[in-house]
Amino acid sequence: MSPADIFKPWLMKIEQVTEEAPDVKTLRLVFADERQGSEFAFRTGQFGEYSVFGEGECTFCIASPPTRAGYIECTFRKAGRVTTALAGLEPGETIGFRGPYGNVFPIQDWENKNLLFVAGGIALPPMRSVIWNVLDLRDHYKDVTIVYGARTVADLVYKRELAEWAGRSDVKLITTVDPGGETPDWQGEVGFVPAVLDRIAPASRDTVAVVCGPPVMIKFTFPVLARLGFAPENIFTTLENRMKCGVGKCGRCNVGKHFVCKDGPVFTLAQLRNMPQEY
Amino acid sequence: METDKRSIEREALAKLVSQWLSQGKRVLAPKHSGDKVDFAWVTTLDEVSFGHVQTVQSPKAALFPRVDELFSFRSADGRVEISERDLGALPETVVFGLRPCDAAAFAVLKAIFNWDSPDSLFSARMARTTLVSVACSRDDEYCFCTSMGGGPGAVTGSDILLTDMGQGSFLAEIVSAKGREAAMAAGPLFGPATSAEKESRLARVDAVFAPDAVTAPMARLFDDTAFWEEQSRRCLGCGACAYVCPTCACFDIQDEGGVSGKRLRCWDSCGFGLFTLHTSGHNPRPLQSQRWRQRLMHKFAYMPERQGVLGCVGCGRCSRACPVDMNILEHLRAVAEARP
Repeated sequence: MSPADIFKPWLMKIEQVTEEAPDVKTLRLVFADERQGSEFAFRTGQFGEYSVFGEGECTFCIASPPTRAGYIECTFRKAGRVTTALAGLEPGETIGFRGPYGNVFPIQDWENKNLLFVAGGIALPPMRSVIWNVLDLRDHYKDVTIVYGARTVADLVYKRELAEWAGRSDVKLITTVDPGGETPDWQGEVGFVPAVLDRIAPASRDTVAVVCGPPVMIKFTFPVLARLGFAPENIFTTLENRMKCGVGKCGRCNVGKHFVCKDGPVFTLAQLRNMPQEY
Repeated sequence: METDKRSIEREALAKLVSQWLSQGKRVLAPKHSGDKVDFAWVTTLDEVSFGHVQTVQSPKAALFPRVDELFSFRSADGRVEISERDLGALPETVVFGLRPCDAAAFAVLKAIFNWDSPDSLFSARMARTTLVSVACSRDDEYCFCTSMGGGPGAVTGSDILLTDMGQGSFLAEIVSAKGREAAMAAGPLFGPATSAEKESRLARVDAVFAPDAVTAPMARLFDDTAFWEEQSRRCLGCGACAYVCPTCACFDIQDEGGVSGKRLRCWDSCGFGLFTLHTSGHNPRPLQSQRWRQRLMHKFAYMPERQGVLGCVGCGRCSRACPVDMNILEHLRAVAEARP
């Protein structure tokens, strides 16, 4: 399926550019070669290497769900050389994509369970793929709860989708912003994600938790989940170590003997407890 | 390992080098450069150094160049065209005069590049490269091949291994199918082997420990912060050890040349702080002690478990190159003696 040369990207046409938050954009990408596009398959949780030719490559998850065929999306914050170049591109322009790489969220194993998604800031994108994936298969899952926080109201990404989830009777959405990040008309919670999670205290029975966020959020969220009774094997996260190759060779994403690019990016807390703190 | 033994005289060897060149092959061999010996492209046997202990750099660049073009691209009007490397056009190469440890190191590189999805550029170069090694008649305080499962006359990894038997005569052990092909092509330049044994001609490198003595405790030492701080205190993070190492293969990927340019693979090192630095500013390995631990753990714990090979061949180059005299043998001895 992938090109013979593991470093040769597919050419992708930018179909749509969405401004999500200050300096945060989502690109919808379609395969320049339709046949490649029709053969392409991925599963939720996987990532890719996206490139602007002449600037280089960078690593993002695939932020769209596999249930929406025909395109993939990535969401990124403008920060370095490649993301600055990506942020300057318009629909119709061409970028490179290699992937899909890495393991997946085992959503088949989660059928008939409640799902709790906890995300912070720019870490909603990897979770957006799995959220839409389960919402597109809504009958297979029980209660779906999403707790999402950002520094300020402006920093919340996917605002249209948050509004859509808030309006659904089969989704419970709690949004929060850090103290001081609220606007006068802010209707959501105010407080850090772990504190808000502690306050709403979702039940852990028959529930799988998925947590994505900055390291400090993850660090304070795990103990809250433990207090709520979540077993470590029912808590999933996705690691974001720096990568170059995506295929287990370049040597930098490892956490001890584990390659985040091959054995991850998805790990359970039970797995992380047996791994060194190198993420 | 049973090898097909032949002999070759120095004059015939000189002809063999000329023959390779006339067949369009490139010959990479140790050559004097100032007071050092390093690998260089040679055109005659006279340029080749035999008496040295070890070259400054390893010959890994023959298969894994310091800067390597993965592909090139042209962009115009929002369209991009990618031109792949013509793997069939890669030159045939003979690496000549490498030491048995360096020949063994190519198998380690192969494991790194091909353990999962095969790396076509590396593999194509490997298929076009013949390794004609020369056994070691001298060693120095930095050599420890025998502690890593190798030896000054070890044949593993070489296609042909030569041993200087004195008076301009070499024992030639034909080790691999590629070696047999090379010997066949050389025809009468190789003669029948004499009855002389090579052992007396080899350097004597005593094993300090068995590989297991290092790999077994290594995996348990990860959390011993004080140990790694002590071990890495002098480390400058310069990356010299990784650059001269025959098995270090960590790399970066960079674009060069603007919108119509090249995507390059470049050598990198786990000793650099930038190696693992996240865009957010977070760094999983912010301390030099953690980076030194990574270097040793990668070679002696992770690779044996994940790729089934030891990531070190005991060539001693990192110790010779280190500007602050960190001798890896001493660090490995400390690991072997540690009681975590």
